[in-house]
Amino acid sequence: MTALTLPARPAEDAGLRPVPWRRMAWVTWRQHRIALAGADVGLGALAVYLWRTGLQIHQAWTAMVTCHPASSYACGQSAGLFNTRFVPREVVAGILLTLAPALLGAFVGAPVLARELETGTFRYAWTQGFGRWRWTLGKLVPLAIAVAAAAGALSVLSWWYFQPFFAVHFGTPLAPALFDLRGVAYAAWTLAAFSIAALAGMLIRRVVPAMAATLAAYLGLAVLPGLWLRQHYLAPLLTTRNVLPGYAWIMNQWFTKGGKFAFVVPQKSGLIAGLIQQHCPSAPASLTLGQCLAKHGYTQWTSYQPVSRFWPFQWIEGGWLLALSVLLIAATVWLVRRRAT
Amino acid sequence: MNVIETSGLGKRYGNTWALRECTLAIPAGHVAALVGPNGAGKTTLLNLAVGLAEPSAGGVTVLGGLPAGSPAALDGIAFVAQDAPLYKNLSVAEMLHLTRNLNRLFDQDYARARLADLGIPLKRKAGRLSGGQQAQLALTLALARRPRLLVLDEPVAMLDPIARHDFMATVLTAMVDDGVSVLLSSHVLAELERVADYLILVSRGRVQVAGEVEDLLASHRVLTGPAAEVGTYAERPVVHLRRAEAQAHLLVRAAAGDPVPPGWETHPVSLEELALAYLREPGAAALPGPARVRALPLEAGEPSEVTR
Repeated sequence: MTALTLPARPAEDAGLRPVPWRRMAWVTWRQHRIALAGADVGLGALAVYLWRTGLQIHQAWTAMVTCHPASSYACGQSAGLFNTRFVPREVVAGILLTLAPALLGAFVGAPVLARELETGTFRYAWTQGFGRWRWTLGKLVPLAIAVAAAAGALSVLSWWYFQPFFAVHFGTPLAPALFDLRGVAYAAWTLAAFSIAALAGMLIRRVVPAMAATLAAYLGLAVLPGLWLRQHYLAPLLTTRNVLPGYAWIMNQWFTKGGKFAFVVPQKSGLIAGLIQQHCPSAPASLTLGQCLAKHGYTQWTSYQPVSRFWPFQWIEGGWLLALSVLLIAATVWLVRRRAT
Repeated sequence: MNVIETSGLGKRYGNTWALRECTLAIPAGHVAALVGPNGAGKTTLLNLAVGLAEPSAGGVTVLGGLPAGSPAALDGIAFVAQDAPLYKNLSVAEMLHLTRNLNRLFDQDYARARLADLGIPLKRKAGRLSGGQQAQLALTLALARRPRLLVLDEPVAMLDPIARHDFMATVLTAMVDDGVSVLLSSHVLAELERVADYLILVSRGRVQVAGEVEDLLASHRVLTGPAAEVGTYAERPVVHLRRAEAQAHLLVRAAAGDPVPPGWETHPVSLEELALAYLREPGAAALPGPARVRALPLEAGEPSEVTR
């Protein structure tokens, strides 16, 4: 009886074909274009800042390395200028670049689900024919790719920006605060921040608290690998040489005597000077602790990560962050599918 | 075909059962009204039916056996949630485009024509429409999907009487012209009399009454007579009693032809009276299938909830 009065519904009997994915593209774009534009403005401002100060840094660096003769007063002046004027800028740029992935992820990722849940529009969105887990995937995946790509572009600029500092052996490229500001790790960290934000939005169901939680979780996660995880990506190398190849990331230094552990090299330069005074009282000022103690039968050991491991480490870090992001997004989709109300 | 069928359906939030042991079947081709006080479990039942919530117990199928929330079920059911949630920053035209993109079917011409009739400008942001217009827009989006079942959660609660009337007229037109089955929840009883031909009454998380309005009205009568003789009817299934001075009003389960005792008058009951009577008496029930109606103990002098 009812079948007669129903309006014609094409393809009713031919089996239901799901609404095509490409239709979701417009939805995602229309609903998140403002967030994406805002993110682009923020990243653009950071890029302009890096570009402008980077140009000055590159000029000062060129002036410094082409200065001839290197021992002249003028050249000393130019090197001093580089150190006093531009090294602080590098710190500012480092902080801004560290915060960018967290802010980008929180700003774009947290509202995707939290805003729907906060305003109740999920009751509209998740009862449409597209289906709610497909809807979630159709939003999260393109947005994740967009933020990771934006961060990837920024990391190219950041690579160029830091080039002079590493060229003057300002620090090892593997150093905790600098390693993840460049290369694939930067894009991967941004992706991870986005994924954390999406999950936080689903769990917390409110935009602003989800953003705050994302920042906290991200910064916690970002500190950990630098302090603890990254040095274990590959087993560190050991050497008894005093001069390390390239500009390595030193993990530990200690002395042995007669095959037995003697003591760890202290971190503070005052203590090192004290040790030199104690063992080699009449030594010239240029004598290092290693050279001094070598005369007394000590052997200096150094465990380190060589600079040549920069790219292997980048891929390892990028790999596990990508895996983590996939896992977080999968968990978010699963939660959407499981518990809507 | 049953548009919604539940068996032993229950939903628990934490330690509280929002709905429990709900067994019902709503046949197609009706405007079914889901009635009950606030917190009775109406929204929970609707959320379960449209797949927004997962049952804690039992099961629910829609449109003749499809699992609730399955792709085919989502395709065939249009749901307008309470307060008609829309994206406030999108224009009316963008809401149409959005809904079109999210569904297999979308009758753009119908939607545009209806919005033109209602005088809702396509360029205005959804958030700047009046409450009545927002409800109408949400309804238009739902109907343009050409659903087989339209589910409305408290559709008229926020509307003024004119908007309420217009909204219900649209629902009825869809029902009559396109054969769309409708399930709506409401606590505005007066509105239902005109539109609903199937009634489901829930209270305290349980289904109390379920059946076609015609059958329910035919099987209930109001008896009016001397208050002193109330005890005479204790053995009959009495749903509700209203005592006013010397007169008592009883809602009893009886057909029109049933004998009336001397001194008592009988008259037909209205849907609103019937619903109110059951709502005031959560212990009573009128369900299809095995008789689950119980007579109330109405011994003279015993103060019970219903005699107050």
